[in-house]
Amino acid sequence: MLDIQKIRSDFPILSQKVNGKPLIYFDNGATSQKPQIVIDAEVKYYQEINANIHRGVHTLSQLATDAYEISRGKVQEHINAKFAHEVLFTSGTTHGINLVTNGFASILKTGDEVIVSSLEHHSNIVPWQMLCEKTGATLKVIPINENGELIIEAFDALLSERTKVVTVNHISNALGIINPIKYIIDKAHAVGAAVLIDGAQAVPHLKPDVQDLDCDFYAFSGHKMCGPTGTGILYGKEAWLNKLPPYQGGGEMIKEVTFEKTTYADLPHKFEAGTPNIAGGIVLGTAIDYLNNVGFDNIQQYENELLAHATKRLLEIEGLKIYGTGKNKASVISFNIDGIHPYDIGSIIDKLGIAVRTGHHCAQPIMNFFCIPGTIRASFSFYNTIEEIDQMVEAVKKAQTMLS
Amino acid sequence: MTIKEIQNEIIDEFSMFDDWMQRYEYIIELGKSLPLIKEEYKTDENLIKGCQSKVWLQGDQNDDKIVFTADSDAILTKGIIAILIRTFSNQKATDILNADVDFIDEIGLKEHLSATRANGLVSMIKNIKMYALAFDTKNKN
Repeated sequence: MLDIQKIRSDFPILSQKVNGKPLIYFDNGATSQKPQIVIDAEVKYYQEINANIHRGVHTLSQLATDAYEISRGKVQEHINAKFAHEVLFTSGTTHGINLVTNGFASILKTGDEVIVSSLEHHSNIVPWQMLCEKTGATLKVIPINENGELIIEAFDALLSERTKVVTVNHISNALGIINPIKYIIDKAHAVGAAVLIDGAQAVPHLKPDVQDLDCDFYAFSGHKMCGPTGTGILYGKEAWLNKLPPYQGGGEMIKEVTFEKTTYADLPHKFEAGTPNIAGGIVLGTAIDYLNNVGFDNIQQYENELLAHATKRLLEIEGLKIYGTGKNKASVISFNIDGIHPYDIGSIIDKLGIAVRTGHHCAQPIMNFFCIPGTIRASFSFYNTIEEIDQMVEAVKKAQTMLS
Repeated sequence: MTIKEIQNEIIDEFSMFDDWMQRYEYIIELGKSLPLIKEEYKTDENLIKGCQSKVWLQGDQNDDKIVFTADSDAILTKGIIAILIRTFSNQKATDILNADVDFIDEIGLKEHLSATRANGLVSMIKNIKMYALAFDTKNKN
């Protein structure tokens, strides 16, 4: 059992007022709030050990390097990667995906196929489109059904020896649907394709085990899991990371530089050119420690209660439709009210102190599928409460009355 | 009336409201009463894409003035469009070019004109000015 009041007191922003009303933050899918321990760790880094890493022999540089590498180790342990050097620090999920698509530009050729899903965030569509344009490969798309679930038979039918990469999100950002990634990974491997999982929406809710999943790449952001903005991780299997060319050239990623030839550093440094977000990388480790202290079993159990309660309460509202009604869901609800634009609802409930996301959630193909301009998305975290959900339901009702 | 006089009139109207709810209810009413753009003008060419709500805008020259008609798929956006149309429609191109929209702040609707709302309103104002610039240039030649 979670002590929610105790947890809430860890997050200073939650006691804020917005538009004169206590803040109800249901935009966790966009970014999570940060506990004091994370904020303190960021400050402590700059106050006590700020120095550039991996180069200086002086004490501060050593301390900063150690802290950075300890954090890498924490991430490795958290996602159960085989080696620490399979864990690359990035600026976020988008960076991780682009690092991979850039690498595949020298591998794919005309006639090859890349499979993405209809549930993807634009950041897991556009880089692959760019890759296909560059290489002459073809993009294939796994369709969804009315419940917002991937049509797995269609995926099976798309797979062939031409398939070189399959990419899908672990959890859909727009609908909250949890995808059967284990099945997808196994099937893709059977035809020799590599698999990238976009874990951005999964890591706040669960602890991925990359060895058990056997995915080739797993990308996620730190800021959605209580960590600082501008942090992220790309996990890649050692063999793949050795095979892919570097993404950016610069300092840190080299072994030896002459004007005739440069040799690249070993993993993970080959992919970490330039001075990284040192503070962010270190503090991401603090955020992961915090989440593990709360416990992902506890988080999942509690968030499922929030999801069930919110689903039940929202459906009491006449004309309300939930998108993404598949069985396997994270604590995200995307909905609309008959005849009312999501922008109007979002604007009014914002005045009542409630932060939700409205719009297409950077997933326009999904909105096109449902023939809607967008949805209202409430995404819950373990620091949200049943009472907050009830207040949101009342606010939505009020907005509906005003707008009808 | 000049643009400034109309804006002052709107500020006066909004000053009667005590809270945001009354203001929003009034905007919703304005949105509902907005004279709609002709269906034939709701083309892709006239569509201003916001990230969230769409806005269609058409400008026509009537003697030395420009008449604007517009529509949106969101009612609050439509209400603010009604306010902007009231301000800028049937005005001379040069007056439109010289006018500002600071009065939107004064009536407590600033957030709807911020970039983060991505509702097409910022682009709408830009397009109103573009129409004015185009007609102004045409008239001078």
